[in-house]
Amino acid sequence: MTGPLVAGHGLRMHFPIRRGLLSREVGRVRAVEDVDLAIAPGEVLGVVGESGSGKSTLGRMVLRLLEPTAGRVVFDGTDITGLKAGELRAFRRHMQMIFQDPFSSLNPRMTIRSTLGEAVRLHGLARGGEVDDRVAEALTAVGLARSHMHRYPKAFSGGQRQRLAIARALAVQPRFIVADEPVSALDVSIQAEIVNLLDQLRRELQLTMMFISHDLAVVELISDRVLVLYLGRIMEIGPARGLFAAPLHPYARALIDAVPGRHGRGGTRRLLGGEIPSPASPPSGCVFRTRCPYALPACADAVPALREMAPGRFKACIRDDLDLAEEKAA
Amino acid sequence: MREAGADLLRIEDLKVWFETPRGTVRAVDGVTLSVRRGETLAVVGESGSGKSVTGLAVMRLLARTPARIKSGRVLFRGKDGEHDLLTLSEARMTKLRGREIAMIFQDPSSSLNPVFTVGEQIAEAIVLHRSLPQAQALEQAGELLELVGIAAPRERLHDYPHQLSGGMRQRVMIAMALACDPLLLLADEPTTALDVTIQAQIVALLRRLQTERRMGMIFVTHDLGLVAEIADRVAVMYAGQVVEEGPVGQILDAPRHPYTLALIDCSPHAALAAARGAGRTALRTIPGAPADPLDPPRGCRFHPRCRFAIDACRSEEVALRRIGEERVSRCLRAEDLA
Repeated sequence: MTGPLVAGHGLRMHFPIRRGLLSREVGRVRAVEDVDLAIAPGEVLGVVGESGSGKSTLGRMVLRLLEPTAGRVVFDGTDITGLKAGELRAFRRHMQMIFQDPFSSLNPRMTIRSTLGEAVRLHGLARGGEVDDRVAEALTAVGLARSHMHRYPKAFSGGQRQRLAIARALAVQPRFIVADEPVSALDVSIQAEIVNLLDQLRRELQLTMMFISHDLAVVELISDRVLVLYLGRIMEIGPARGLFAAPLHPYARALIDAVPGRHGRGGTRRLLGGEIPSPASPPSGCVFRTRCPYALPACADAVPALREMAPGRFKACIRDDLDLAEEKAA
Repeated sequence: MREAGADLLRIEDLKVWFETPRGTVRAVDGVTLSVRRGETLAVVGESGSGKSVTGLAVMRLLARTPARIKSGRVLFRGKDGEHDLLTLSEARMTKLRGREIAMIFQDPSSSLNPVFTVGEQIAEAIVLHRSLPQAQALEQAGELLELVGIAAPRERLHDYPHQLSGGMRQRVMIAMALACDPLLLLADEPTTALDVTIQAQIVALLRRLQTERRMGMIFVTHDLGLVAEIADRVAVMYAGQVVEEGPVGQILDAPRHPYTLALIDCSPHAALAAARGAGRTALRTIPGAPADPLDPPRGCRFHPRCRFAIDACRSEEVALRRIGEERVSRCLRAEDLA
């Protein structure tokens, strides 16, 4: 058995809150707390959770776009946490990111050829005329034409821009991609095209991926495993199909229940009350307990450990007496 | 499309054109729709379908330039009789807006003034339309916040918009919209920017308020899942036109326009349903690109992307026609889709 391509050990990200003239630290936003994860080569790990759950922060940490407050990031067996900028560059090429807003990854003043070619040259992957070939390859891979390289971003539609952003990430032939809400800003018909494209590329190029999205249906479709995050902590992690069919954690159940259209016409979603608390002052014990319909007094005492309940299926919840499988409407 | 008698709002052959340097965009091109009291009409479509522009035209919130109302009527049965909103004086329209017709938008932050407390803003709406004294208006604002499910409503009155979460801000917008007990509520993607959990709360809230107050509601959205949940009737728009309209169950279970069919098919839910049992299934897509608004295809606007298209679809403009008691479709082959 080969090891994971990407692993995080005890990852923690705290952002200081500073106030006043001297910018004294008055508190900390605990964006990510004690997250362990491992992504196998060729695997797609979906990450779900509400806004403020720490999804994007986690994605940026494993790419080392953010320096973790604590914990280690291991890429293909190498601890990349302490690496300096120069040392990190060799790894950067293998780890790329696709953002929600394709505009943010495309310079409006540069042609596609310059933007994509720059990445290729920067990483020393090709020189001279070969650069164009590399760019053309990337464009073809995402369903665009070689001739598109001479245009500026504004000449493309929203769906095409997302294809370009994917091409930009692919141009350096990465092994690992973090896709942060890559289809959220797109129309349904365009979204379908991009999801299919990502799925096809990851099979053809054996890409390993972290797929961050608030759209559970898309995550269920594209992911092998799914990680459910709440207030920076893992609530549940396990194979996609099992998790969606029979979640183990009350928060996973609540998220799945909130998906519109899952309950048929005129159907009512079961409501999760309240809102996600501030990560600056998370509840004691289980962070979800203030909204959990099954919370017990004991839930406030200690942070529940992530325990393996079935092969590959983990949950952080002390209630083992619950059956949260499908169709058990209250 | 039904008998006009009982309609609260009836849009007839509405055309809204935009003049751009590159030519005329027919953003809304002959839309006819109606909604009754106590009824929710969902208007569904992708970017550029004209769904939002239709809502803004009803509210008369489009700028004179570049938008031009080319033709049509918007008949609203208000508290003092029926008016064509498009010909009403600006003064009378201002009175109607907020008092009898209210609107909520996708982004509540841009609709709230950051330098006033939410209490002041709701109270202002009440004072403006009902000429109540300020103290009484504030009292009512508190009651409204309670109605929309905000905890500790009287304390929240003193909060500024930035102190509230996105879901809370949308609740405040709904409270403002309801301040004067409107007959009609236009909701333009009101939950699109929210987490699904909060979205579910807001949808439940809108449903409850609408039933209690017998409001008519036009709910503009791109999300068919939401439509199934909230709507009584649904109109599907493509390239400025309604392509199909009717009771929500009939439309979603048995679409009679290829675009509706394609939209349903490309949702991830459809692919998941297909994938259960068998392995992973790719999402269905719609071939081709959306119609160019400056130069829409001749004949049926959807024909270049339609797998059912025949010669007639390419040559002649296709009219909306009745295909069932309460249903219309803009497809020559509607019956063949059964």
